[in-house]
Amino acid sequence: MTRMWKVAIAAAALTFPALPASAAGTLDQVKSKGFIQCGVSQGIIGYSAPNDKGEWSGFDVDYCRALAAAIFNDPNKVKFTPLSTKDRFTALQSGEVDILSRNTTWTLDRDTKLGLNFVGTTYYDGQGFMVKKSMKINSALELSGASVCTQTGTTTELNLADYFRNNKMKYEVVAFATVDETIKAYESGRCDVLTTDASQLYSTRLKLASPDDHVILPEIISKEPLGPVVRHGDDQWFDIAKWTFFAMLDAEELGVSSKNVEEMKKSTNPEIRRLLGVEGSLGEGLGLTNDWIVRIVSKVGNYGEVFDRNLGAGSKLKIDRGYNRLWTKGGIQYAPPVR
Amino acid sequence: MTDIASPAPKRERSSLLTNPRTRSLLIQGVLFVAVAVALWFFISNGRANLAARNIATGFGFLEQSSGFDISQSLIRYDDTATYGRVFFVGLLNTLLVSGIGIVFATIIGFAVGIARLSKNWLLSKLAEVYVEVIRNLPLLFQILFWYLGVLAAMPAARQSLSLFGLAYVNNRGVVLARPIFGEGSDIVGLALLAGIILAAAMRWWAHRRQMQTGQPFPVIKTALALIFGLPLLAFAATGAPISIEWPELRGFNFSGGIRVLPEFVALLIALSTYTASFIAEIVRAGIMAVSRGQTEAAESLGLRPGPILRLVVVPQALRVIIPPLTSQYLNLTKNSSLGVAIGYPDFFAVFAGTTLNQTGQAIEIIAMTMAVYLTISLITSALMNIYNRRMALVER
Ligand SMILES: N[C@@H](CCC(=O)N[C@@H](CS)C(=O)NCC(=O)O)C(=O)O
Repeated sequence: MTRMWKVAIAAAALTFPALPASAAGTLDQVKSKGFIQCGVSQGIIGYSAPNDKGEWSGFDVDYCRALAAAIFNDPNKVKFTPLSTKDRFTALQSGEVDILSRNTTWTLDRDTKLGLNFVGTTYYDGQGFMVKKSMKINSALELSGASVCTQTGTTTELNLADYFRNNKMKYEVVAFATVDETIKAYESGRCDVLTTDASQLYSTRLKLASPDDHVILPEIISKEPLGPVVRHGDDQWFDIAKWTFFAMLDAEELGVSSKNVEEMKKSTNPEIRRLLGVEGSLGEGLGLTNDWIVRIVSKVGNYGEVFDRNLGAGSKLKIDRGYNRLWTKGGIQYAPPVR
Repeated sequence: MTDIASPAPKRERSSLLTNPRTRSLLIQGVLFVAVAVALWFFISNGRANLAARNIATGFGFLEQSSGFDISQSLIRYDDTATYGRVFFVGLLNTLLVSGIGIVFATIIGFAVGIARLSKNWLLSKLAEVYVEVIRNLPLLFQILFWYLGVLAAMPAARQSLSLFGLAYVNNRGVVLARPIFGEGSDIVGLALLAGIILAAAMRWWAHRRQMQTGQPFPVIKTALALIFGLPLLAFAATGAPISIEWPELRGFNFSGGIRVLPEFVALLIALSTYTASFIAEIVRAGIMAVSRGQTEAAESLGLRPGPILRLVVVPQALRVIIPPLTSQYLNLTKNSSLGVAIGYPDFFAVFAGTTLNQTGQAIEIIAMTMAVYLTISLITSALMNIYNRRMALVER
């Protein structure tokens, strides 16, 4: 019932008059309270999970830290709210969090009917299936009749229904409210298959007792563009959120990283000079300082560094960057220019 | 309320405010207006806020197709059905687990409560241990225990435990043989119905005869003969129209037969055993509230312990038992929403959970959810109140 109360209270909050504070922009509110309230997942290694020191870390977490660095010059001025798939949108709508950075798929329905704005695609993903090796299954098309564990309130359960119907296969879905319940049911043998976004399958596999006994099937059955989300109606905040992400991509593209950002300020390349606020006053247009990108890159890093540290070669997950390589390197990550 | 007969004592200038009748009307009126204004305030604010944030409102979503599947449904459902249908699928799943849970909890609760008062030391100690252990462990823990500790530990589908081929138990739940009703089976059904009605009529007649003439009649034997004999005869006469579909292992799991999900079984066991431990205490208290003299009087009439309990003690104890029993039934129904933790698709999980998330219409859905639980609770209380009134002491 506690979950019910959370949602009920959030829903009830919407029936109160907008307080004067929320009439002000999100940026002003955030500045006056001194931190960003960031909604993350309840624990997916590599995306958002507490590390051994008890600090939140991961790809989705670092995005919020970059935002805090841009605003406060301090990546630690963030408070994290772990949200289940089910509660995440209500929490954002009701103002419980300022931004949702939680492997959330960008869909038309969510973008419009839920009153949300998607900031961009920080991670191009797709849905996959994981099974036990001992079942000797090589393709998702052999899954007819299987029991499938998944999480409720996700695009995952919708794609699943589409996929099995399209391929005229039968299945049984067992849907849980949190990752841990889902994983436990899969491990206990309740289900033959666990399904979610492929990247999360890799991270979930690390949580299993013996990761090597499980395989991820080759089929990717959907497009899952994951990205941060803000509420409708505050364009300034939406812009800051978007450009924080773009700045991290542009920094990588121009070779600016946390290691060389100070030297790069002396660069003669006009693109780099604009990026780092040495020339022009682009940051002020956003309501920030002109060195906002320097703050992001020096405190958190560029897109490539963040990816590598949390998901790529520098992490336990060792996920190939694939589509998430820059467009200049054969991927589809492409940011508008800082100018 | 005697002032109809005797004229109201004349007070000096009974003003509107000092008159208790008008005063209470006035207070109620003010309260009503206040509630109405508050409601209007919340609703209009809600609408304005949602509109300002571009969030969809209204109940149109109930006609959209849901796009997700549900593991257990008593009515036809697939992912092309509407959210409106999801509402009913969830509601029926909640009613199913609560309804069966209430029956089991009552049976176990009465048995344990009576056992606890038994003169048999071992029996009463066992009942006491049951009550103390089950009542003091959190329900969520017990649900998870049955689900992950017991049912998940059953063998995999290929090594299912077989109960005489009639049922199979594995870590995917229970598979039962399913009766298939062929042509002519409605006649068997009618025969069964006729048997039940005849048996009831026969009982009524036998009771009257015994009252008038004092002659007993073998009611139970005749009733059994009617209830089982008639349908059996019809079954033979129509050429055995009912056959049985045996579960068969195919691919990942059994096909054919009736599948009972482990989520359902775990939730049902946990809810009924947990609630039973409270009911047992209520029953014990109720029986102890019947004065010892009643039993002694019955004994002196020569009644034996069984009939004393059935005819003298329990009917009087019921008057004490029913009101708190009602609360237990309501608790069980509301507790069934804990099924979300193990993925049982009850009303709360599929409607206040999945549907809310997929549509994002929190206010409408939470309001409907509260209305549903409130309605279930009010109906249960109303039924129990009717029963209570019938059982209440008829004072002469
Ligand atoms: N991208 C999908 C699904 C993403 C998703 O939430 N996946 C689950 C399964 S791994 C998850 O993140 N669980 C973590 C949690 O609930 O904290 C969506 O936006 O609906």
